[in-house]
Amino acid sequence: MQIIDMAVTPLRDLNATLQAQAGATNGTAWDIENPRGSHAIAVGLDAPIEVTVKGSTGYYCAGMNKQATVNVRGSVGPGVAENMMSGTVVIDGDASQYAGATGHGGTLVIKGNASSRCGISMKGIDIIVHGNVGHMSAFMAQSGNLVVCGDAGDALGDSIYEARLFVRGSVKSLGADCVEKDMRPEHVALLADLLERGGCDARPEEFRRYGSARQLYNFNIDNAY
Amino acid sequence: MCGIVGLFLKDEALEPRLGSMLTDMLITMTDRGPDSAGIAIYGADNPAVSKLTVQSDTPDQAFATLEADLGAALGLDVRLRRKDTHAVLELPRGQLAEAAAALAGINPDIRVMSSGDTVEIYKEVGLPTEVAERFDLRAMSGTHGIGHTRMATESLVTTMGAHPFNTGPDQCLVHNGSLSNHNRLRRKLRREGMHIETENDTEVGAAYLTWRMQNGATLGEALEGSLIDLDGFFTFVFGTKDGFGVVRDPIACKPAVMAETDQYVAFGSEYRALVNLPGIEQARVWEPEPATVYFWSHGDTSTPTEKAA
Repeated sequence: MQIIDMAVTPLRDLNATLQAQAGATNGTAWDIENPRGSHAIAVGLDAPIEVTVKGSTGYYCAGMNKQATVNVRGSVGPGVAENMMSGTVVIDGDASQYAGATGHGGTLVIKGNASSRCGISMKGIDIIVHGNVGHMSAFMAQSGNLVVCGDAGDALGDSIYEARLFVRGSVKSLGADCVEKDMRPEHVALLADLLERGGCDARPEEFRRYGSARQLYNFNIDNAY
Repeated sequence: MCGIVGLFLKDEALEPRLGSMLTDMLITMTDRGPDSAGIAIYGADNPAVSKLTVQSDTPDQAFATLEADLGAALGLDVRLRRKDTHAVLELPRGQLAEAAAALAGINPDIRVMSSGDTVEIYKEVGLPTEVAERFDLRAMSGTHGIGHTRMATESLVTTMGAHPFNTGPDQCLVHNGSLSNHNRLRRKLRREGMHIETENDTEVGAAYLTWRMQNGATLGEALEGSLIDLDGFFTFVFGTKDGFGVVRDPIACKPAVMAETDQYVAFGSEYRALVNLPGIEQARVWEPEPATVYFWSHGDTSTPTEKAA
């Protein structure tokens, strides 16, 4: 276990240290103390290390993550795990707007609530939210899975492409071209795996699935160049 | 981008520290807006006194005989307390309108920053740390206050373009965002008799809320009206004599974090602004919902959506 105290270590040094960890590093466990809402903590990591942030963070925590596991023992500001490629990010508290935005891969678990635009333009990431998500979540979602154990706000899945959305609670409204779809056996199996990975105490049968109706302009082949 | 903060005290023991706590919160938000900064502090309510906070770019000359000149013009006992480019004029309660009119006659270059029974507003071009130092904001005590550090988008970087904006007695607004229908709304509000000094969008927002309340709306109703009548992005914190209200537009892209304990309710653009508050680790911390009005009050006046302190 190595400890980086942000009360004495500047943010750039912290990120440079974590980014310098190669794949074969022995220093796999890192604790970050006194984050005090700082921005851009543990960004751009590319090694199979486990980082635990002991407190709440500001903007862009764990952005562009590859391979690493980042745990946050608090809440996170806007843009957590933005553009994540792989690895795992787990938030004990709440996440502010656009959590997991544009993520290509990996797993983002939010144990509290996520606010607006959760999973906006997601491109393969799996996002599992124990609580609720705000309005415009999964806007223009292209690929990956969004699991919401609580409720979803207005305009869920607006202009969605091929991502799958699973919601256990209510959906305030669906966005343009987003529709409810059947839960087939393969979706139940997929969701069971996602719930287990997210540490959720929920059964797949309690969820409804939403996805694209594929009726918008770009789905019509006659509009292709 | 701008940084806004607010602090509403429930615990009277913290009142001597209000200025210090709010200043710390504002300085932490400096990198959200370095153009100009301002703070509104609601101090002790002396039932015999109302206050005008005024500003001049040439304070040595402007304030030299102002106490006597205004006293003579009004035929009243006026006390002047100077702080750098600002001065607080204390006068018998109920004389604010007369005093403002007399002031314009004495020296039209003196600008009114705030008018009310308990509020004092200090704002200037510069960083929060400089503004706080000039006006010794840390030494101020009070029941609640709001602050702003500005990155200008909609009007000039001047003292008058800085927040908070005071458009009615003890009412003031700080804003993160930008309003897109402020020109049309400014013309409408001026036709309705509202006094709007600048080309700034936030001042129009403040004047809108004051106008609604002058026409019978509660603060809660006025803030709800802003969701319909204001076009653009906004996170507002609106101060009144009794407390403060918070509202975000339905898109809610401008950030906001709130924290509540038995001792206080605090607002910050970011969680960073709150980390030095006492007991923050145990506070209830949450992000205010879009298009939802929150209000905390020391007084008995209720609004439909008021939250009890």
